[in-house]
Amino acid sequence: MPPKALILRTAGINCDLETEFAFTSAGALAERVHVNRLIEAPALLDGYQILCVPGGFSYGDDLGAGRVLAAQLVVHLRDRLRRFIDDGKLALGICNGFQVLVKTGLLPGPVDEKLGTVPSLSDQFAQTVTVTYNDSGRFEDRWVHLRSDSDHCIFLEKGEIVTLPIAHGEGKVIPTDAAHLDALRHLGRIALRYVGPDGADLPPFPFNPNGSIDAIAGLTDSTGRVFGLMPHPERYLSGLQHPAWTRQLKGPAAEGDGMRVFKRAVKYFK
Amino acid sequence: MTYEVEVFSRPPLVDAPGRAAAAQAREIGLAGIEDVAATRVYFLKADFAEADAHRVAKALLADPVSEVYRLRAVGGAWSAEPPADLAGRRALLVTAKPGVMDPVEASLLAAVKDLGLPILAAHTGRKFYVAGAATEETLAALGREVLANEVIEAVTPGDAVYEFREGRPFQFHGAGEIAIRTLSEAELVKMSRSSHLFLSPAEMKAIQEHYRGLGREPTDIELESLAQTWSEHCVHKTFRGVIDVDGKETIDNLFKSTIARATRELAKPWCVSVFEDNAGVIKFDAANNVCFKVETHNHPSAIEPYGGAATGIGGCIRDPMGTGLGARPILNTDVFCFAPPDFDAKKLPQGVLHPKRVMRGVVGGVRDYGNRMGIPTANGAVFFDDRYLGNPLVFCGVVGIMPVDKCFKHQATGDLVVVVGGRTGRDGIHGATFSSAELTETSDTEFSHAVQIGNAITEKRMLDALLQARDRGLYTAITDCGAGGLSSAVGEMAQHLGAKVHLDRVPLKYEGLSYTEIWISEAQERMVISVPPKNRDEILQLFASENVEATVIGEFTDTKRLELFYQGQPVGQLDMGFLHDGVPRQRRLAKWVATKNKNPRASKKKDFGGDLRAILGSWNVCSKQWIVRQYDHEVQGASVIKPFVGPNQDGPGDAAVIAPVYGSTQGLAVANGMNPKYSDIDPYAMAACGIDEALRNVVAVGGDPTRTAILDNFCWGNCDKPDRLGGLVRAAQACYDLAKAYGTPFISGKDSLNNEYQTGGVSVAIPGTLLISAIAIVPDVRRSVTSDLKDAGNFLYLVGLTKDELGGSHYYALKNAVGTRPPRPDLATAPKTLAALHEAIKAGTVRACHDLSEGGLAVAAAEMAFAGGLGAELYLSKVQREDDVTRDEQILFSESATRFLVEVEALRAAEFERLLHGVPRSQIGKVNDSGRLVIHGLAASSAAPPIATGTPATDAAPVIDEPLAALRAAWLKPLDW
Repeated sequence: MPPKALILRTAGINCDLETEFAFTSAGALAERVHVNRLIEAPALLDGYQILCVPGGFSYGDDLGAGRVLAAQLVVHLRDRLRRFIDDGKLALGICNGFQVLVKTGLLPGPVDEKLGTVPSLSDQFAQTVTVTYNDSGRFEDRWVHLRSDSDHCIFLEKGEIVTLPIAHGEGKVIPTDAAHLDALRHLGRIALRYVGPDGADLPPFPFNPNGSIDAIAGLTDSTGRVFGLMPHPERYLSGLQHPAWTRQLKGPAAEGDGMRVFKRAVKYFK
Repeated sequence: MTYEVEVFSRPPLVDAPGRAAAAQAREIGLAGIEDVAATRVYFLKADFAEADAHRVAKALLADPVSEVYRLRAVGGAWSAEPPADLAGRRALLVTAKPGVMDPVEASLLAAVKDLGLPILAAHTGRKFYVAGAATEETLAALGREVLANEVIEAVTPGDAVYEFREGRPFQFHGAGEIAIRTLSEAELVKMSRSSHLFLSPAEMKAIQEHYRGLGREPTDIELESLAQTWSEHCVHKTFRGVIDVDGKETIDNLFKSTIARATRELAKPWCVSVFEDNAGVIKFDAANNVCFKVETHNHPSAIEPYGGAATGIGGCIRDPMGTGLGARPILNTDVFCFAPPDFDAKKLPQGVLHPKRVMRGVVGGVRDYGNRMGIPTANGAVFFDDRYLGNPLVFCGVVGIMPVDKCFKHQATGDLVVVVGGRTGRDGIHGATFSSAELTETSDTEFSHAVQIGNAITEKRMLDALLQARDRGLYTAITDCGAGGLSSAVGEMAQHLGAKVHLDRVPLKYEGLSYTEIWISEAQERMVISVPPKNRDEILQLFASENVEATVIGEFTDTKRLELFYQGQPVGQLDMGFLHDGVPRQRRLAKWVATKNKNPRASKKKDFGGDLRAILGSWNVCSKQWIVRQYDHEVQGASVIKPFVGPNQDGPGDAAVIAPVYGSTQGLAVANGMNPKYSDIDPYAMAACGIDEALRNVVAVGGDPTRTAILDNFCWGNCDKPDRLGGLVRAAQACYDLAKAYGTPFISGKDSLNNEYQTGGVSVAIPGTLLISAIAIVPDVRRSVTSDLKDAGNFLYLVGLTKDELGGSHYYALKNAVGTRPPRPDLATAPKTLAALHEAIKAGTVRACHDLSEGGLAVAAAEMAFAGGLGAELYLSKVQREDDVTRDEQILFSESATRFLVEVEALRAAEFERLLHGVPRSQIGKVNDSGRLVIHGLAASSAAPPIATGTPATDAAPVIDEPLAALRAAWLKPLDW
């Protein structure tokens, strides 16, 4: 039985169709569901194994990127979401969806995990990182190189280098402070970083397209089952989507780098 | 209680808006402004306690990591101190003027209610703390020139007490009559202008006659309905009128005798719906058709660039949404015309915004609306000319896709009139008639109410719900509320039926609108659908489930009359026949006068490298990266060929290619063609070259020229003036000739014909500008081609014949000359060339292809070379050319039409040549990896070789020898903002 993915939809989410196609292509059963349906009947979530918050401008990003949808999820669905993750299920946030998961506090999640102290539910929904305006001060659409740096995030393979497009105006990731950044590094929460074309660390603009601290492009939580990233894996499923595919004499690659993220999510349930 | 929450960025994080404001103040020379700090301000009117206001601030308003806030009950004390470094600064508060939509407001209200807190109203603002010794006047200038656009925003001292202002209900005292039956012609003319009807004397008289016949006066709403419906914007009076061409010829309906005639005569079976609906529809695949529409939004963008452009794209998106039973938008293309951004600010006429400000605003508006809608802006162009100073052009185009069985409307008597989407406000009153006026020094104040403010999310939400309703078959027809608002939308849908509309049922943004304002408001994000009564509950429930407002405001009848009611009383009753067909046809004189230009003297230069760099660095040719990268061109995941090509994506592509059906490799290519420079010699050549260029662009990436449709968008000066109309007639005639010769039908179009700007008693017309937009089927996107050079050793072919056609060229522009011979496509060979090249691309023989346009061969070769990061060596002596082409500069820079530079692998050269049999082409050089572009000139002694067999004179010295890095740098520099 293939896993069922819920592609969350609301006003301004605009990458839901291609994200649905990505999950379907990877072998999942995907359905687009409006957040109103989840708020009316939170138990609906129990019928799914994967929750994906896709890209877009939820509610116009009117009070900051992802802010309003994050508040809705926390107000209406916090217990249900926590249980969803604790049950061993997966959550993925792409671009606006990443901003949403960060602003709910689910990403990167609490870092104070002293032996024996389980964080309270309110701590788990405390925002500790933010995603804010690009250093360039404007929206940027370009392709970037990324390296996966987490050994426990199930959506990635540690050390792999991938190429994906970004398209955002608010993608600069900022942890609370230097100590918090150290903790995130130490705990392997920094799942994805921008690198130079040659794989170099901490590249300058435009390779780090937004000025993210520590070149952070994506985060995971303590379980590795919640993952969010600014780049768009659903926009590189087929070789034809690469900006320089026409240079290949043999034609485009059979599969784009982004497909791996979705295939790993599906494979996790097999 | 009103609470004020102010949000600051948390040090040491950068305050980007503050920094940008300070930089712009410096840029325009405002003295004494050392630093600006920006904050966001929220005013909440609510009955909850201060603790709840803090809860709102924490949950919604201030980011806990990057921001801090302070809060006070208005008039009370702040509960947290502002950052200490702002002490002693003067503050300015920018808020929306009353009646201007604030998109954040709606999201904020909904989000606060979602927290379980009751709230009555919310407003937002921006506060700026200014450090420095600037005078009060400078401070006011900062507010006016940098921080706010006073057309829509108010600047007040930052410490003033904020008041919520609310509209008062409209006082209805029955329908208002306007006495026109006894007015003289002079009085009618005066009324037309002062009431912003912008109807001609003949039209005013026709209305007067009609009401004399009826034996009564018109009501205010009837007169307004007629003005809206009869506006140039809505009925295209010039194109559909009678034109006397210089006493020699009479054209009865220019549109039908040129553009529509070509389409009718071509009778392409793949044209599904042309010139009838809100967009032209063509076949795509077995399951889907696609539609395409391009519109302008010029005058609003001149006075409020951001809002004007945003609503321009927003309105154009509603065209595919309102075509047939609704299409899903899949691609945007945007073309702008501005004055050069380095225009001397001191020479700026009164009431005109600086072109840099216009450009920033327009790009920002298109970016924010298009990106939020989730539609890729994958193609576009920008053209610069001083004459666009007071009258910039903003063209927005949108492609949509729809199931083959959803392409036609079938509204019926008894269906309900339902308005869907945004609420109606006072924004955008008289937009349709405003576009028929010339802009003047007072336009910015006189017409500020014509500016609409967009809210993309309202439109996106409406789109999501409408597509579901369409697929469930819940409505029978749909159209958008564009120019003329409800009056046009309902008037059109009910044209053959009749309708009753109850205007007091229309949901309003605020109280106080009169029934006439409700009827003609062009408030954004609204559509009208016709719903069979049996589907009423289901469709209203569907919209509610997606938070989309939908309201039944009337019904379609069989009376052939438009009957308008307010609070149960009739306020207007119009006969559909008079409303739609009563407008008297115009009779106008056209007289085209050829301009007298001279060719500059032939150059004796031996090295044209400097000229090449200058053209690459000219405003028109330079990289538009600053614009393009601000647009999401990949959302929806369908893009195959993107705006920038090459290994580093730093070369210009020719056209966008998308594969809109997931899993299918059939695609669409979309491109534009436009070159107003040729208009200065002959508008016929300008139009012909626009069509040729649009086709070149789509063919260059793999589009099928026999499955290409085009759209026309004319932007012209005031056509009451015979010289302007004479040029328009020539351009329209070229449209017919080219469309027929190329077998390329027009499927939709639009015209904007009063693009003049009056200042100091002089009327400046824009250059006659025709934008041609092309949409082509790409049979297999895996065969698509880009312009970047691919591999050293490959052959470079020049396809097409080079002629002595430097007139209107960018090369002559360097010499401040126009010249006498613009490019003229050869109607016999051009279609063959396009067809043969398409076959060669389809066969896979082409590795790279770039059309030759602005800057000719030299620019095309440079762009291909630096895009590919390789190098090339070319020989002008090998170029196929006409006999009078004898000089290097002619071959390098002539902009002759229907030419391409094509890269072919040596192994496939024979096959390529065979496929291009009968088409002028020759191998003119090779790709190498030298990192240089080297172009050898004609040898001093060599005469033009015969056309068929050009033999090379390989020892001729280079006339261009430039490192690619220098060429690329020249191209990137101007817009590297």
